[in-house]
Amino acid sequence: MLVIVVIRIKDKVIRIKVKTITEAVAKLCIKANYELPKDVIGKIKEAKDKEKSELGKYCFGQIMRNLRIAKLKKIPICQDTGMVIIFVEIGQNVHITGGRLTDAINKGVKIGYKKGYLRSSIVDDPIFARKNTGDNTPAVIHTSIVSGSKIKITVVPKGFGSENMSRLRVLKPTDGAEGVEKLVVDTVKQAGANPCPPIIVGVGIGGTIEKAAMLSKQALIRSLNTHNPDAKIAELEKRILIKINKLGIGPQGFGGSITALSINIETYPTHIAGLPVAVNIGCYVSRHASVIL
Amino acid sequence: MKKERKLDTPLTEKVRRSLRAGDRVLISGTIYTARDMAHKRLVETINEKGKLPFDLRDQIIYYTGPTPAREGEIIGSCGPTTSVRMDKYTPILLEAGLGGVIGKGQRGSDVISALRKSKSVYFAAIGGAGALLSTKVKNAKLVAYEDLGCEAIRQLKVLDFPVIVAVDTYSRSIYKR
Repeated sequence: MLVIVVIRIKDKVIRIKVKTITEAVAKLCIKANYELPKDVIGKIKEAKDKEKSELGKYCFGQIMRNLRIAKLKKIPICQDTGMVIIFVEIGQNVHITGGRLTDAINKGVKIGYKKGYLRSSIVDDPIFARKNTGDNTPAVIHTSIVSGSKIKITVVPKGFGSENMSRLRVLKPTDGAEGVEKLVVDTVKQAGANPCPPIIVGVGIGGTIEKAAMLSKQALIRSLNTHNPDAKIAELEKRILIKINKLGIGPQGFGGSITALSINIETYPTHIAGLPVAVNIGCYVSRHASVIL
Repeated sequence: MKKERKLDTPLTEKVRRSLRAGDRVLISGTIYTARDMAHKRLVETINEKGKLPFDLRDQIIYYTGPTPAREGEIIGSCGPTTSVRMDKYTPILLEAGLGGVIGKGQRGSDVISALRKSKSVYFAAIGGAGALLSTKVKNAKLVAYEDLGCEAIRQLKVLDFPVIVAVDTYSRSIYKR
């Protein structure tokens, strides 16, 4: 019997070496820590013009100067160069060769943090010894399989001044938009000056607890020039932002009209019995950089 | 807005009492870095009646863990870290003579009353402005706890280091609650 095997061209397996991944991660770690993405800088500038308080204006002036110095002198914008979160979207036609993906990514972090004079802030054992691993590894790695023949890597160095102020709750299904709004605003109010306002708020709603947490992180790095494509959710984003800015916490908590630059919401279907909500707070030094291999 | 006021360290009680929440200040002179682990050790030393690595009297502690310095540079990025994590140690250090602290964010009521009692000041530096603040550091020297890496105690010589009086000696705070 004759068997005909047809391989469609677009399904052809593409090989990507782990070395390429390591090099890309190292570069992205450095880039992300020296220079903010354009959408973030744009929002900071916009906010600077809107801020009414004297001290708030002074803060924005210092913030902009700091960004210029960091880029020019190639020095980290903030000394908390974070725990590194890495999103790897792998096209299903890609075959990674030459080693383990996880090892390749951590090696990239190690090289990037050394070469870029970035701070090592990771401790091995979270409860007892808390000994610094000395090279900022391991990273928190999220892989996903997508269509296509490429790999997209996004590096997110996350500072803990803001991470510490984040929250996760499972609300009741009937709490609805009002419940979400209250949780987000309360979280920001409680955080006050601590997460280095002006902040960016990433909210993940739905799924299970880990899905909501994951969505909140993805929301945090979504372009600040976008709204959720669902009109109702986009409305909710706008409404919560207004409420947060009415709190008057202001830049650095010194009082003022701008407490948050943006609030981004991402959602996922959930169970009839629950409404998980994760609120991930990010400071204005919202660092992330991507590359497509 | 009022002009910035220039101050030299050590900060005498008289100078501290003249400061008001919201004042912008440029600090010049010596300050010491210390964060979570260094605070734990300093307080353990005090409790055990041991010798501290530096004399606290009228001095300023800055809550920071800098990034490594490039070759030929004095220090890396060195902005403030969140102060509230040091709250359980701060009153003990203030009682031992500390004149002021620099960090970011609100303090608990125990710290605010301890500041009042010791006539000391809590300053806030701009969080996230580590690159800018690094240009104000003219010298950095390791003082103690080298094993803590970026969390070790360093003596910094600063020139016109910009801060804001966040809590003054009269328990007035710049932060709304």
